[in-house]
Amino acid sequence: MPPSEHVHWLFATGFLTLGLFLLAEAVVGRDVWKVRAWRTYLWPSTMFMLGLGMWPVMVFFTSSTLHMIAHGAWAEVMMFAGAAELGLATGKLQSGLWRLAIVLAFVVSGVGFLAHEQNPWFFQRSSFLHHLLGWTFLGAAIFPLGRAVRPRSTVFASGFALAFVAVAVMLYTDRDVAPVFGHLSPLAGPPRR
Amino acid sequence: MSTQLASEVRTEARRSARLYVVSAIGPATAAAGIGWALLQPYRLTLLHPRGQGFWWLFVEPPLLVVLVGLLFHFLVLPGLVTDLEEEA
Repeated sequence: MPPSEHVHWLFATGFLTLGLFLLAEAVVGRDVWKVRAWRTYLWPSTMFMLGLGMWPVMVFFTSSTLHMIAHGAWAEVMMFAGAAELGLATGKLQSGLWRLAIVLAFVVSGVGFLAHEQNPWFFQRSSFLHHLLGWTFLGAAIFPLGRAVRPRSTVFASGFALAFVAVAVMLYTDRDVAPVFGHLSPLAGPPRR
Repeated sequence: MSTQLASEVRTEARRSARLYVVSAIGPATAAAGIGWALLQPYRLTLLHPRGQGFWWLFVEPPLLVVLVGLLFHFLVLPGLVTDLEEEA
């Protein structure tokens, strides 16, 4: 089994991919992005696959009930949001309210991060990142919300894309045990590189 | 300059800017990965593979960033550029 930091890096790669797709869509505009059908499925299917990939993480990498619930919740909301966006992309779902699924995913993800981190911010790097990721998801939920209300807004679309890029960067900086800004609790154990 | 001509020039400039920005996404991402590899070469365990386990050799974060940038640039961008140009 890979160390948990490797799993974070793999998910970071998925979120980075997601971010680039959304950023490109924000830059060229939705009409150009939609010219080829396969492109409209790119980010929703990536999101769905990331949700699917969260299940084995939930099963094999969680060390407590709280961890398991948080990872399970992420898997569910990511799959739900990906499926809703896929439904909208194919035209099988018509109501724009389905775009709120990704808002739900952001809020649940944020709460999940904050709820399952039991240590304070400067306990060690992963604790810091869990707090930061939680608040980032909660704060950045304004972007998918704005995108649901104003689908053609470049600001909301760009913010939505960059939120995923920011999440990817945070996940890439994760280590199993490492100091954060020089702080490392002796209770965290010996630091790794 | 007529209003119509000015409007066309503005639209063309906007399209060129979009083309420039979207074309830069892949290379910028790959450059970030290369920059990371240069700053933290010890993250690339392929450079010192002795004694490393499978996962340490398989998951190389800076290379993953470069890979994402390259895949985007070579798989997604070409069609996007064509469609953006055809929009004109």
